[in-house]
Amino acid sequence: MRLRGSDLACVRGGREVFRGLAFIVEAGEALVVTGPNGAGKSSLLRMVAGLVRPRQGQLELEDGDPELSISEHVHYLGHQDALKPSLSVRENLAFWAALLGGGVEKSEVALAAVGLGGLAPLPAIYLSAGQRRRLAVARLIAVERPIWLLDEPTSTLDAAAQTMLADLMRAHLAGRGLILVASHGPIGLEGVKELRLGQQPKQRTQPP
Amino acid sequence: MTALCALFVRDLRLAVRVGGGALIGVLFFLVVVTLMPFAIGPDLGLLARMGPAILWLGALLASLLALDRLLATDHEDGSLDLILTARVPLELAVAVKALAHWLTTGLPLVLSSPLLGLLLNLEAKASGAVALTLLAGTPGLTFIGLIGAALTVPLRRGGLLLAILVLPLTIPVLIFGVAASNAAIAGPVPFGAPFGILCALTLISLVIGPIAAAVALRQGLE
Repeated sequence: MRLRGSDLACVRGGREVFRGLAFIVEAGEALVVTGPNGAGKSSLLRMVAGLVRPRQGQLELEDGDPELSISEHVHYLGHQDALKPSLSVRENLAFWAALLGGGVEKSEVALAAVGLGGLAPLPAIYLSAGQRRRLAVARLIAVERPIWLLDEPTSTLDAAAQTMLADLMRAHLAGRGLILVASHGPIGLEGVKELRLGQQPKQRTQPP
Repeated sequence: MTALCALFVRDLRLAVRVGGGALIGVLFFLVVVTLMPFAIGPDLGLLARMGPAILWLGALLASLLALDRLLATDHEDGSLDLILTARVPLELAVAVKALAHWLTTGLPLVLSSPLLGLLLNLEAKASGAVALTLLAGTPGLTFIGLIGAALTVPLRRGGLLLAILVLPLTIPVLIFGVAASNAAIAGPVPFGAPFGILCALTLISLVIGPIAAAVALRQGLE
């Protein structure tokens, strides 16, 4: 499996975020997207997830399931954790597992893996920011999808959880998965490719 | 199929839990209808004549009030992004959401209307007619509202705009809903004609609503 982006351009709110962007991620590879604030890291991940339309350029997935679009191959872990405060930890995860196409049995394993096994019956409103993020990460394990898009995944995680996430990413890569991570800091993986955004000067598409 | 069932069950659960807002619409309906006799005065004949229109107006405003929660909450917490990456057609996903929304906000209005009919001096037959027309018409209101909800998703706090966008589209439902109720109560028009058109309006919105909402959501991606 190989994800290829070529000559991608992104315009948001009339401002050109990036253009002429190209990258290739092979199976078993991670690509770390870096760059200053506003360079378009999140926009790139959302573009791969199919949540932002590219102004120009193409995204292609080779050797994927031809029945599915790219966005149906991805796990998108954005800034928001997509949790409902009135549902319990278990209900939140079981819902996403069922909607995204996983089994309910695996969600129990996933909860234990992210260290939330003991909190399963608790409504998600009582979770701390880090625990919410752990629950969002549990989604990645509960449902198998080949492409992980992680937007600042470590931002609220403590040291132990960061190690856990790095282990999960290593396991995913070992299983021939693909990972795109937007991050400012180290993510705990060795030998990853880096895509640096925000090099070219910013231009407006139209003069104000 | 499992995915759509999961979405349906989750939306029902969310609506009945704390902060779900399932009863807000019914409470609003109750307030509007109970205030009406105080505003109109003690003329029982007038109340009974206006009863179907008051019930329909209250139900329409109550369903508009609840529309705000249909897609906006899922957009705010990022759930909508994930629903877009699910392996289900977006049209079906929004249709399932609208169905769950109607069951938790529209159906309670239908069920409470005979009770509120008592406050308006409606006879049992008249209350039954209004409840039947509401049962046929409120799904249409929800599915028309679905289009507006999808259009206003990119706007934060688009609640009022949503109501203004949707209101003109709901006028035919209101007209034929009240017409069918009055036909059943007083005649002289046969009940079947306006009721048939009301059912047709609802069926059309059941088809067009989800498709238009999915298009609107995809266009709103940026």
